[in-house]
Amino acid sequence: MDFRFIVALVALVFAAGGTARAQETGPADSAVWKKVHASVFGSAELEAADAVIVLDTPKRAEDAAIVPLAIRARFPQAKDRYIERIWLIIDNNPSPIAAVFNFTLESGRADIETRVRIEEYTYVRAVALTNDGKLYIAANYVKASGGCSAPAGKDAIAARANLGKMRLRVSDGVESGRPAIAQLMISHPNDSGLAMDQVTRSYATPHFVRSVEVRYGGKLVMNADVDFSISENPNFRFYFVPNGEGELQAKVVDNEELEFTARMKLDSARLGLASTPR
Amino acid sequence: MAGRRGRSAVALFLRYRRRRVSCIGIAVALAQTAIGAPLAMPEFAVENPAPGIYVHYGQQAEMKPDNFGDVANLGFVVGARCVAVIDTGGTFVVGRALRQAIRRVTPVPVCYVINTHVHPDHIFGNAAFADDHPEFVGHARLADAMRWRGPNYLKALRRDLGEAAERSAIVMPTRSVANTAEIDLGGRVLSLRSWPTAHTDTDLTVFDQESKTLWLGDLLFVGHVPVLDGNLRGFLAALEELKTVQAGFAVPGHGRALAWPEALAPEQRYLGRLLADVVAAIKARRTLAETLTSVQGEGGQWLLFDQFHRRNVTAAFAELEWDD
Repeated sequence: MDFRFIVALVALVFAAGGTARAQETGPADSAVWKKVHASVFGSAELEAADAVIVLDTPKRAEDAAIVPLAIRARFPQAKDRYIERIWLIIDNNPSPIAAVFNFTLESGRADIETRVRIEEYTYVRAVALTNDGKLYIAANYVKASGGCSAPAGKDAIAARANLGKMRLRVSDGVESGRPAIAQLMISHPNDSGLAMDQVTRSYATPHFVRSVEVRYGGKLVMNADVDFSISENPNFRFYFVPNGEGELQAKVVDNEELEFTARMKLDSARLGLASTPR
Repeated sequence: MAGRRGRSAVALFLRYRRRRVSCIGIAVALAQTAIGAPLAMPEFAVENPAPGIYVHYGQQAEMKPDNFGDVANLGFVVGARCVAVIDTGGTFVVGRALRQAIRRVTPVPVCYVINTHVHPDHIFGNAAFADDHPEFVGHARLADAMRWRGPNYLKALRRDLGEAAERSAIVMPTRSVANTAEIDLGGRVLSLRSWPTAHTDTDLTVFDQESKTLWLGDLLFVGHVPVLDGNLRGFLAALEELKTVQAGFAVPGHGRALAWPEALAPEQRYLGRLLADVVAAIKARRTLAETLTSVQGEGGQWLLFDQFHRRNVTAAFAELEWDD
């Protein structure tokens, strides 16, 4: 799915109106979800995800602008069975499709952890597509509000000064051939453009990360289309399989076409490999 | 005044305590006797711990319709020529009650309304002072913070307080303080100081040189768990520096005024422990979700702990994970 599609979807949802919340009783009843379902998944059946993924969210978020969230796969990525894609959907956000993550066999595990903004009490959903073409859904209700239209940052000036700074981290004890955890941190306001200026009554200029791509040794580990539902200073934890020495590379592009990159070399010593015998 | 300067902070504090009970003013509710009359606070007490110094203690609670958003400490300082108001409360109704309390005490005009920071419980009474045409004074970043947070704050206020929020409005500063400034009230000078990002990025303290009273806004919480909406390291650094202020008496943003700097100890301990615990969690490669569970803090020792502690952990984590 490309970015224009997400924008079109935003428009669609605005047109649908924000009255869905009051009538909701169960996860299947949300008007926004019905539209997202129809436009993204068509008439496809979605099965309960219990055996495929677990969606981990707080019931009530302390800070609606930084709601920690994790999607965990119930099985490792293997040739005969793996997760290709996960949609993260936040029904009552101005742009409900928060992220679409693509995974490969190089991911090792199709797990992802990030932090999101939540504008109103809402269902949060994760839909997983497995390699056999089946779709699975998990949904949690989260009580949080105001996260999207809050201005970015506790210190706006510091945020501007650090734009585009990135960190890549890999957990200790990495072994060649085994899934390892990596973390990508991006210093970016990820502004929704939904905060209104009290004086001019105009809105801020949206400025947010729209794509993330991670490779190891040139092979795709994970990529994602994202938007301002991801919190300020976007943060992703995911797995990758370091098959021998190589470089972990992350490329991030925002909606102003600014591109940011980060790299991290994993040498034999770091991977616990014998140094030279060949 | 020369004699007073020689006394210890504790002696001054005790002296203030003796005096405060005799100076309580109470406003009678109009709303409860006349249907359709404008909303008003049932009572609004003001204490007078030192000559010319008046403090209203807000409730230790979240903003709710039945407390009119009266949850922050407010006050005013009376000089020969001018009154300076320090914070105005969470709604227009609270601001108006404060204005009436001033009128009961003195006919001296309100020339200054000072906001100690941008949070709604401290600024939404500003509108009640519009007719006084005062200078609205704040941190150099207050105007920007009000611009970008104001509409959200107002929306939340109307949602949470309903009609108790009526006439509440964002009133922007007309005078900004970049570092320090002095305000002369006529025979009485207030020293204002803006701080680097700490509780928020708009913190400003007020020091009355004559009575040695230090108004800290939300750089000081007493009883109420400290709240972090700025920068944890900056908050702790500001406290270290504030300790050196030769004040006799400290008015916190929340909780009872106490002797200075003893008043600071519990907050400093809470924030210091928050820093240490979150840094340790990050070093141990815990995620934010895991850290929220593992950093227990000092529950039971603080009011409103459940409402704010985990939020503080979130803010601290997001700040400190960039450190190492």
